[in-house]
Amino acid sequence: MSEVITPEHKQSKWSMVGKDAYAMPLEDIDLSHPGIWQANEYLPFLERLRNEDPVHYCKESAVGPYWSVMKYKDILEVDTNPDIYSSEPTIGIVDTFEEFTLPSFIAMDRPKHDDQRRIVQPVVAPANLKNLEVLIRERVCKILDSLPLEKEFDWVESVSIELTTQMLATLFDFPFEDRYKLTYWSDMATSIPGGGLAKSQEERWEAIQECLAYFTRLWNERVNTEPGFDLISMLAHGESTRDMPPDEFLGNLLLLIVGGNDTTRNSISGGVIALNENPQEYAKLRKDTSLIPNMVSEIIRWQTPLAYMRRTAVRDTELGGKHIKAGDKVIMWYVSGNRDAEVINRPNDFWIDRPNARNHLSFGFGIHRCMGNRLAEMQLRILWEEIMQRFHFVELEGEPQRVYSSFIKGYTHLPVVLHGKT
Amino acid sequence: MVEIVFIEHDGSEHKVDARPGSTVMLAAVTNGVPGIDADCGGSCSCATCHVYVHEDWLEKVGEMNPTEEAMLSLSPDRKENSRLSCQIPVSEELSGLVVTTPEFQF
Repeated sequence: MSEVITPEHKQSKWSMVGKDAYAMPLEDIDLSHPGIWQANEYLPFLERLRNEDPVHYCKESAVGPYWSVMKYKDILEVDTNPDIYSSEPTIGIVDTFEEFTLPSFIAMDRPKHDDQRRIVQPVVAPANLKNLEVLIRERVCKILDSLPLEKEFDWVESVSIELTTQMLATLFDFPFEDRYKLTYWSDMATSIPGGGLAKSQEERWEAIQECLAYFTRLWNERVNTEPGFDLISMLAHGESTRDMPPDEFLGNLLLLIVGGNDTTRNSISGGVIALNENPQEYAKLRKDTSLIPNMVSEIIRWQTPLAYMRRTAVRDTELGGKHIKAGDKVIMWYVSGNRDAEVINRPNDFWIDRPNARNHLSFGFGIHRCMGNRLAEMQLRILWEEIMQRFHFVELEGEPQRVYSSFIKGYTHLPVVLHGKT
Repeated sequence: MVEIVFIEHDGSEHKVDARPGSTVMLAAVTNGVPGIDADCGGSCSCATCHVYVHEDWLEKVGEMNPTEEAMLSLSPDRKENSRLSCQIPVSEELSGLVVTTPEFQF
């Protein structure tokens, strides 16, 4: 889930880095450029728009004109009116190339969205996740037990990426030695040619084709063996899914891989940062680990691993007193709604025993609400339960490095030192 | 006050008093009844306050609205008597209402 911005844009005229959010004309504020996100300078811009122009029109940007929806209640209104605010053709701020896009229901409207989602949804339902919990915990323990004590290492690489990759492999019962392919395919599928991993559209498409061939082979193996608890086996044997056309199976499989990859990865990293910035909360956690499930929701709010989702207005409408025209791009900044004091008490505080911590926007609301929410919560809960068993302090040793994206709110590097329990 | 009975998936029973004009979801949440998450706080947009209404009460509880139907239709645990408890207003008529909470909210 990354987006099209080529490296030369880093120095581009569109960047807001180093600028004072309160010293420029309101209409010049542009949240779409990745600069302020990577530089961790976005909060004042969100705050100003939320207070002074909560439904904001940016008439000129590197990705064209777009509306920014900043307040919790307005975001809820957009998210829960899919007949006005369409998820087609894409949920990213940048328009896509149709010929290189696999169909998946995240970017579909009703009734097709509902039909496809209904087929895939049971595989991440809590009842099925229960069967995987023991195995996931075993793998979490193994990773944590292999980490060095009192020696600096990169948490992103050794824990966040390793864990999400292993968990994806576990969920798909994917050949363990090949598990890094999952992360590679996911990163390729979402990379925009020339902007990072994929050098060309052809290279990107080649990786997707390789992924599809691999999963087709697994499907064929599983369909001829006893049903298991893994996602592929469940899809291959499920009454409503076994006759799914191959392109639908593969498109939605890719959505599951992509959806569960960097979102969880960055919430795993985000939790470490939040606890380091708030030592009193870390102390609270050490005293009472039964707060972990509530803390997990608070981490997901605080991090907001996807900054926004995009909709496209299908007809003229009104939102917060502004006139939105058919065809306009509408960006719901979940990251801003999650800091809206009108709904979230003390929104800038990280507060592990926050009342109503589950009422955050990070999963979205309405028919497109994140399908893997329970899986994400389970992964984070198990991780923090096992961290607290082993370590007194996961100490941040330097400034985190952030992803160059206004969509993926995440980290590329997080230097930490582990201190054991004494 | 209106009495509402929540039965958990394992059979544990919770009798609570609800205020007319409130909702069945709020009655559960404000009285600490487990099994209702209500992530969206009652705006019919997350389906995490899912309950099964006892068949004797189905008629009195009334019809679903289209938004509720749209949200519930995506739940793998949906049954004939499924409802979202944030969309059931509490009224004197519902005194004694019995609903069961599912093992998981999703």
